[in-house]
Amino acid sequence: MAAAPKSSEKKIRVLIAKPGLDGHDRGAKVVARALRDGGCEVIYTGIRQTPEMIAEAALQEDVDVVGLSILSGAHLELFPRVVDELKKRGIGTDDVLLFCGGIIPEEDSKALNTLGFKAVFRPGTNTQDIVKFVYEHAAS
Amino acid sequence: MEVRVPVTEIVDRFLAGDRRALARIISRVENETPEGRDYLRDIFPHSGKAHIIGVTGGAGAGKSTLTGALASEYRNRGKTVGIVAVDPSSPFTQGAILGDRIRMQSLALDPGVFVRSMASRGALGGLAPSIADVVAVMDSFGFDYVIIETVGAGQDEVEIAGTALTTLLVNNPGTGDDIQAMKAGIIEIADVLIVNKADHPGADILVSQLQALLALAPAGSRRPPILKTIAMKPEGLEKVADAIDDHRRWLDESGELEKHRMSNARHQVVAAARAILLQRIQRNTSAEELDELVRQVAGRTLDPHTAAEALADSVRG
Ligand SMILES: Nc1nc2c(ncn2[C@@H]2O[C@H](COP(=O)(O)OP(=O)(O)O)[C@@H](O)[C@H]2O)c(=O)[nH]1
Ligand SMILES: [Mg+2]
Repeated sequence: MAAAPKSSEKKIRVLIAKPGLDGHDRGAKVVARALRDGGCEVIYTGIRQTPEMIAEAALQEDVDVVGLSILSGAHLELFPRVVDELKKRGIGTDDVLLFCGGIIPEEDSKALNTLGFKAVFRPGTNTQDIVKFVYEHAAS
Repeated sequence: MEVRVPVTEIVDRFLAGDRRALARIISRVENETPEGRDYLRDIFPHSGKAHIIGVTGGAGAGKSTLTGALASEYRNRGKTVGIVAVDPSSPFTQGAILGDRIRMQSLALDPGVFVRSMASRGALGGLAPSIADVVAVMDSFGFDYVIIETVGAGQDEVEIAGTALTTLLVNNPGTGDDIQAMKAGIIEIADVLIVNKADHPGADILVSQLQALLALAPAGSRRPPILKTIAMKPEGLEKVADAIDDHRRWLDESGELEKHRMSNARHQVVAAARAILLQRIQRNTSAEELDELVRQVAGRTLDPHTAAEALADSVRG
């Protein structure tokens, strides 16, 4: 009975978070909206999130995906701490799909991939590519 | 009662207070999976201890801010709080942006608080039937209070009032929402009336309007208190917490609590039965069979009720 709405269908739950002190979240909101329009349930926590807050939100919300947005350049400092805080709560990089976006130099991609980030999206990315990526990789 | 061994170790961890187990069980229950049902069966006997509070009102009224501030007030009183914050799903894509946590940042790392965002998922507005189940899971975990935040859209308030023991209706000065509420009869489900954003002009006018409205209530019915708050500050939350405790005491002493529990349980059983039947129909009917019935109804050769009978008969067959 494919025509009937299935309210019990598993939805992909995504946490979109902005770690660090930069106070500008237009990009994060655009991504959140694109994922919503793609049918995901997006938990949006706003700006100035500490690594602990992000990991705790991921735990409480039991998300399938965590997307981090950063513009300040502090990604190599903050992202490893997010991954650590997730691990402290029993959430490994196999349990949750990690991606990031923002102003991140090309040469940092490798370090972020090693850390567990499956994709790095830069300004100018088509949001549809992000939606597609989430649907292809989210473990659900 | 027979002592049952919990189905899996995740239930053990849940009962031992593991928050990750709580989060995962909520997901299974929310998604109405067979595992979710098993977990709920084992967990449900532990529920019924928390006081369940509903917070409802229009979009932007300050429900999330107030919920956070109320939870902080309870933390100051040494109590623990579970929060279920519901936002609407898009009727077109079934996706949702759940942003209530933004207003609850000061609780983000408090081990005595657990915030879970939920999309309403209802196909036609209204609450997903699993919200009551998720509340029961939070209750079983042992929180002293469970707060449910929902956007008021008419039907939702009535549903939330079924699950919540004390319902707060959040109004704002200068929006004309009070008149709306009166028209919709929504005010009848409120146990505590909140005038939030009392820092805005018109708060006292709204209070007297609400008082006038309550004066029309039938004699002998309980008058909900009207309280001014500035949730953002926060200001006025001690009185709100006290009013909730007063209402709880009244529920206990008047015998209303028992009535409420019975009617809520009845509602849940009937809703669950309806969901099971619908699932069985879906399992027994192919998309083609449904399409065929729909075509006949659209072409006026069959009426919707006879078509529905045909679907229901598939369960028996
Ligand atoms: N001036 C004022 N603004 C408030 C108050 N409480 C909440 N707000 C603001 O109202 C907006 C909506 O609040 P929110 O809690 O998200 O409302 P909800 O949609 O009902 O959950 C936010 O910008 C809040 O900061 C208050 O008491 N006074
Ligand atoms: Mg809200």
